[in-house]
Amino acid sequence: MSQQPRYFGKLSRYYLWYTGCFALFLVALAVLEQEGMPRLWIGYLFMFATIALYATIGVICRTSNVTEYYVAGRRVPALFNGMATAADWISAASFISLAGGLYLQGFDGLAFIMGWTGGFVLVALLIAPYLRKFAQYTIPDFLAARYGGGAGGRGAPVRALAVGATILVSFTYVVAQIYAVGLIASRFTGVDFSVGIFLGLASILVCSFLGGMRAITWTQVAQYIILLVAFLIPTMWLSVKHADNPIPQVAYGSLLPKLTALEADLARDPREEQVRAEFHRRAAEYAARADGLPESWEAGKVEAQRQLAAARARNGSLTEVRQAERALATYPNSVDEARALWIERRDANLERAKPPEPHATPFPGPTKEASDARRNNFLAVVFCLMFGTAALPHILMRAYTTPSVHETRVSVFWTLFFILLVYLTIPALAVLVKYDLYTSLIGSDFTSLPTWISYWANVDKANPLVSVADINGDGIVQLAEFAIDADVLVLATPEIGGLPYVISGLVAAGGLAAALSTADGLLLAISNALSHDVYYKIVQPNASTQKRVTISKLLLLAVAFIAAYAASQKPADILSLVAAAFSLAGSTLFPALVLGVFWKRANHQGALAGMVAGFAVCLFYMLRASPGLGGSALDTWFGILPMAAGVFGVPAGMLTVIVVSLLTAPPPRTSDAMVDYIRAPE
Amino acid sequence: MSGDARQRLLAARAAHWQRARRMTLYLLVLWLATGFGTVFFARELARFELFGWPLSFYMAAQGAALMSLASIAVYAWRMRRLDREYGSAAEGRA
Repeated sequence: MSQQPRYFGKLSRYYLWYTGCFALFLVALAVLEQEGMPRLWIGYLFMFATIALYATIGVICRTSNVTEYYVAGRRVPALFNGMATAADWISAASFISLAGGLYLQGFDGLAFIMGWTGGFVLVALLIAPYLRKFAQYTIPDFLAARYGGGAGGRGAPVRALAVGATILVSFTYVVAQIYAVGLIASRFTGVDFSVGIFLGLASILVCSFLGGMRAITWTQVAQYIILLVAFLIPTMWLSVKHADNPIPQVAYGSLLPKLTALEADLARDPREEQVRAEFHRRAAEYAARADGLPESWEAGKVEAQRQLAAARARNGSLTEVRQAERALATYPNSVDEARALWIERRDANLERAKPPEPHATPFPGPTKEASDARRNNFLAVVFCLMFGTAALPHILMRAYTTPSVHETRVSVFWTLFFILLVYLTIPALAVLVKYDLYTSLIGSDFTSLPTWISYWANVDKANPLVSVADINGDGIVQLAEFAIDADVLVLATPEIGGLPYVISGLVAAGGLAAALSTADGLLLAISNALSHDVYYKIVQPNASTQKRVTISKLLLLAVAFIAAYAASQKPADILSLVAAAFSLAGSTLFPALVLGVFWKRANHQGALAGMVAGFAVCLFYMLRASPGLGGSALDTWFGILPMAAGVFGVPAGMLTVIVVSLLTAPPPRTSDAMVDYIRAPE
Repeated sequence: MSGDARQRLLAARAAHWQRARRMTLYLLVLWLATGFGTVFFARELARFELFGWPLSFYMAAQGAALMSLASIAVYAWRMRRLDREYGSAAEGRA
């Protein structure tokens, strides 16, 4: 016992030192920037300094001991375990895109804040303490021991299913993280996207390859500190600027009424209406062309060819000819392609023709039904994210790393505490940036646009991340003329607020830390499932401990490269992949985990059937209701979006476990004894 | 272990589990009400105001999450007391 406080004190001292050094590093860079160091160098310095730091921690914490490698020796104090889990949890999506999502969606976006925080109540009350009492290594371990007393000897079928679910969920999630690493690295240092991916991969590997859970834990604490500082500094700056209060979580309450008033003015402004009318006109034009197919396709093609010929004939300028050539080259190749493109353009224009939705109003809609549908989808998304959280293997794995059951409970508290430091700031940032843009950019002159607009507009020319165009030709920026992508908002915040470039570098380093820390945890969850559950428990039960750790390291390497390869293919629509991972995790693992603790009668057959049924219902609904996956948006149940498929999957899994368990023989007494043991006081 | 001590141990474990389960249930109901309840009635609650925020916006942006944090804190604190109260009895030392 006396060992613990001393260990805690030592760790606190280390991390205080580390935070101090990091602050010095920031100050030094700020001074160098004043002295005229080029921006690109600042980007390089942040990127390489932080990656080198994580790699160093990895090297210091290297280990080949099984308990150290899998569960960090079970001696991580609650506070530090909470901080590491928070870094594990805060992914690239929540750091980079969530504030942007809230900016665009207003109240609807809060579903992500609620869902990604509320799930920890389920973790703390229903799962984590019992896993710690059980004291093994992985989630499949728990399920196999609980349900394995029956058919199949050591519970191999349940274990195999749980491993499958763990790998599927973690792999989709890790691909999204590595993708984000590549994106940030390429934007801030100018290296190629795939080079960025492999740079990030190198740091992930040095860390988890050498030291497993132990190295990951201590790196994640370091990463959490960086991402917290990176998120708070620009938000606090904006908060002081607009509300004279450095605590954004408190300050933005006073801005919200002002923002609502601005929104009401903008909705009625005649110039805004002019712009929106123009978008309506464009939408109608595309609608007419789509309706006139196939003749309109022929006519358009001939017209494009004629324009090019005319430009050449009158010896037009090079840009004129180029433009005409491009118009012809990008003209849809077939009638079907034209229909898809024109309908997409029509919808995009209609979208921009809408007046701004009030930020703080819940579920605005033209009718009561439309409004109800939005509310139901909000609730469904919250449900899926919460139950998904409570079933994500890389988060639950953390319950094993603390010294006692009590410390596990406290550690979940600290986890949510550290997550909230960031998550309560995200809605504040969305409101602050919105207020800033509405008061400074909107209504300003086109000749004096801030430089960040042209910078971010040119990052991706095909799909501009920021776009401003003088639609009604009055030389003044209207809100309807301005569009911003959700992924840019946080990265551009320092520039929007007028902060020095060092802070932009810091924010990029924060995003990198968020992506790397989550990727670390996920890769370890996958390789542990493969090496511990498949290799050791199913294939080769008498393997030596040395061999198990070596196998685990090799598998980690293999999985990391496969994930990096998948990310380098730039899979489409990465955010919906992540949402799908949550629904699948909740539907497959949650019922078996919770009923395993709270219902003694749940048996082997029930668990198997429940996992399969939850997974199948969830996947079926996703396929059925997503137009992108061969389904149709008209085939929804109760109008629920396919992203929230878990709302059907989780109850289906629960019901199946209960019904099948009751129809088959009760579990053997060994299972009963195990449940009694994990429930018993410490 | 004598039959008597074994009986006591089982009774202590059963009582501990019952109280732990009841507390879990209460906290989950509270969690459900503050999270899902306030969203369900968000349009009605938007009329009220809390520190400058419309109540439904505040609950979704901060309130529900802070209640979750408080629930977890209460759970950790109460469970430790329960564990201590029954822990010695359940190990047959009482």
